[in-house]
Amino acid sequence: MAQRMQQGGRPGGARFAQFKLVLLGESAVGKSSLVLRFVKDQFDDYRESTIGAAFLTQTLALDDQTTVKFEIWDTAGQERYKSLAPMYYRNANCAVVVYDITQASSLDKAKAWVKELQRQANENIVIALAGNKADLVAEQPDKRAVPVADAEAYAKEANLLFFETSAKTAENVKELFTAIAKKLPIEQASQRGMRGAGGRPGGVDLGRREDAGTAGGAGGCQC
Amino acid sequence: MANPGSEDDTPTIKMDEPESRADGDGVSGLEQSREMTPPPLPPRPTTANLGLLDDRPTTADMGSLKLPKRTSRPHLQSQATTALSLTDIQIQSRGESASINSSPVSRDPSQKRSISRFGRFVNSSEDDSASTRSYAPTLDVPYDNVSMLGDEPSPAWKALNSQLDIDESLQLDEAFEDPLSERITLEFDDLEVRAGNGSNETVLLDQWSAKLKHFFVLSASGKPVYSRHGDDHLVSHYVGVAQTLISFYQGANDPLKTFTAGDTRFVMLAKGPLNLVAVSKIGESEAQLRNQLESLYMQVLSTLSLPSLEKIFSNRPSTDLRRPLQGTDVLLDGLSDGFTRGSPSTLLSSLECLRLRKTHRRIINDSLLKVRSPDLLYGLIVAAGRLVSVVRPKKHSLHPGDLHLIFNMLFEAGSVKAGGGENWIPLCLPGFNNTGFLYMYVSFLSPAEAAAVASSPVTAERPRTASDTEHTPSSDDLAIVFISPNKDAFYSLRSMRDSLITSLAQSKMLAALAAAMDAGRAPCSSILPGGTPLKHFLYKSRGNVQFTMPSFEPHFAGPIARRKLMTLYAHLHEVVHVRNSHLKVLHAVSREATALAWVTPVFELYCVAGPGVARQTVTQAANKVVQWIRKEEERVFIIGGAVF
Ligand SMILES: Nc1nc2c(ncn2[C@@H]2O[C@H](COP(=O)(O)OP(=O)(O)O)[C@@H](O)[C@H]2O)c(=O)[nH]1
Ligand SMILES: [Mg+2]
Repeated sequence: MAQRMQQGGRPGGARFAQFKLVLLGESAVGKSSLVLRFVKDQFDDYRESTIGAAFLTQTLALDDQTTVKFEIWDTAGQERYKSLAPMYYRNANCAVVVYDITQASSLDKAKAWVKELQRQANENIVIALAGNKADLVAEQPDKRAVPVADAEAYAKEANLLFFETSAKTAENVKELFTAIAKKLPIEQASQRGMRGAGGRPGGVDLGRREDAGTAGGAGGCQC
Repeated sequence: MANPGSEDDTPTIKMDEPESRADGDGVSGLEQSREMTPPPLPPRPTTANLGLLDDRPTTADMGSLKLPKRTSRPHLQSQATTALSLTDIQIQSRGESASINSSPVSRDPSQKRSISRFGRFVNSSEDDSASTRSYAPTLDVPYDNVSMLGDEPSPAWKALNSQLDIDESLQLDEAFEDPLSERITLEFDDLEVRAGNGSNETVLLDQWSAKLKHFFVLSASGKPVYSRHGDDHLVSHYVGVAQTLISFYQGANDPLKTFTAGDTRFVMLAKGPLNLVAVSKIGESEAQLRNQLESLYMQVLSTLSLPSLEKIFSNRPSTDLRRPLQGTDVLLDGLSDGFTRGSPSTLLSSLECLRLRKTHRRIINDSLLKVRSPDLLYGLIVAAGRLVSVVRPKKHSLHPGDLHLIFNMLFEAGSVKAGGGENWIPLCLPGFNNTGFLYMYVSFLSPAEAAAVASSPVTAERPRTASDTEHTPSSDDLAIVFISPNKDAFYSLRSMRDSLITSLAQSKMLAALAAAMDAGRAPCSSILPGGTPLKHFLYKSRGNVQFTMPSFEPHFAGPIARRKLMTLYAHLHEVVHVRNSHLKVLHAVSREATALAWVTPVFELYCVAGPGVARQTVTQAANKVVQWIRKEEERVFIIGGAVF
């Protein structure tokens, strides 16, 4: 499928790390669609909006030796859930803040999320900005409401990774998650994870998970 | 939740000690009812029945007869859509029954398509020796020239049957040419997309008017909040009219509740800062539509909770509530469409359970209790849309209305299922507490996925979320639902899910569940062997607030046949609930069906047989159903559940 995974057992030098990722952004910009593309390599034209938050996992092989497992919180962008957001980003190692490049206001919303994350979330959180629905603009350039250069400049200034993506065509979706994975402290997290039960790679979780060190094996083998 | 009858707003007289009881066999005193003997004993309520849900009749209720006052029919101000309802205004109290009986009013014996009401049965839970008592025949009201299904049915029923009237031999399930039925199949289609220049306005309006059913939610100031069909532009005019009517009557201190115009019934419900309106052409009663509106209102509360709904409007009465409700249209649509399609669950305000061996259910309950997280308030296991098990604290029951909202969210609206992961959903369960939020963990698992979780619990890569998963979640999946008051409980409930699945796998209960799901509902003919005349039935256990039924196959497989069957059930239900008596047997005959409704404090039973089946035969078949239930009670119902 979409992700090339490590086959078979991991040789001695392999690294495995698990990270918590949260998606934020206005409702209908395509957060759930990006996750669905990343996790299942699917796209759905008629998607109902997320109720509450969805929790998914996906494993990504960075190279033969390195596997990263994302625990993904796909939040609903609606106002009424706003007060719950800290619960999802509190211990997040990384975040994808999404806007819709055909809706200028959605970038403002994204900027507000970035600000909140930088103030409230983990100090070392890796944040990526995703300008989604690139396919719409490829078809009809006049639909673009946010110039690439503007978003790029903002991302640089705020120290964010930046991609224009399309959940529909899969453009830059894997690239986005891979770039995030590469910026994460895999070495650190995997060593902590290897130290045995109770290890929490990268401070991943709110809850108790005793499995962190071994979790990659099963996933890696299933493709 | 309130019984779908109008018990809520109808004053009742309770009589705990009915005076004229006949012998326990339930037959004597019924000689005057010429056509049939009443069905015999309902099952004796067992003490083990106590528990799952709150809405069980109390012991006092069970032995009581509730009769509305003669004057208490506030809902039929305008012409009733069913002729029956008019006749039904004749309400008798104990004192009157004798006279009604002894001087039957202008009964026309040749009137074959009539409804007769027979003996009334009282079940006394305290009396072991005679669990059924029957009154002397209290009412055999002559519904002259009136039939539920035949000569003077509701306009909608008439319309549904307009084709059938031509050819008596047509069966319910052969009615696919019926033009109105076709409209039902179009009912759930979206309207055309509005053209930029408004050129298709007329088409839109036609499509809109062709809908058999509409629901509107408006704010008290008249702003549209929700409409099942049509955009704002299209509905604004109608919403305006509705709002004018509502405020006119409210101003006159005489809240408008319902009226009919031709085939169409309008029902209004004012709830705090909201007005809800139902418009139906499919012959539902006011009480049924009112219940549906209550349910929509509960969904709104479930999203916002009562205090925040009130705060929104007290801060700014002109608030556009659609913003705070954003994304919940699918839930309101799901409820609306369920009501339009007709579901036994909403009609009976109760849930269906997966039929399962008693010992299996006990093992599953024990597993739930064993792996219970301290964060857990309620837990549900749902298989193929049917309840398998419930775990709950002793002092809290699950409100059927809340369960309905949860089921709607999980199985009608696609979003949770389609997400393909686990979910963590804040929601208010208004029946539990309309002021606060709870948090719901939801996980859908196919049998294969469940097996994978079990084989390597916790550490397993969830197959659902792995990139190689081809499985699309379906309603055949197992749904694990855990509800907590603690918003941080996700991980603890998630690991409870893993432990539960592991435990169920070890005890081979996953396989048992898969088998039960595969088996599905049994057809009527296998539940009641020996050539039953029944094509379908609904049996509701009132105490457990659960119902059971056979498969819709083979007679009611299609959506049209199904809608017609549900319309028939709705009529039966309406008639037996129009008065608050717990004690009724109702027999209805039409060209296309013979039906029986039997209501006791313990159960409601609705049976449908083909046309021309003798009453005696239907009655015997109904007795067989009751016998079957008595035998199967602990398989088809969750009795008690897992309580901690
Ligand atoms: N053309 C296009 N549509 C998209 C894309 N991503 C999402 N959508 C659509 O945008 C709508 C909202 O998407 P959704 O993923 O639910 O947004 P969310 O509320 O942010 O989770 C859906 O109808 C999607 O089909 C994309 O990349 N291109
Ligand atoms: Mg979403």
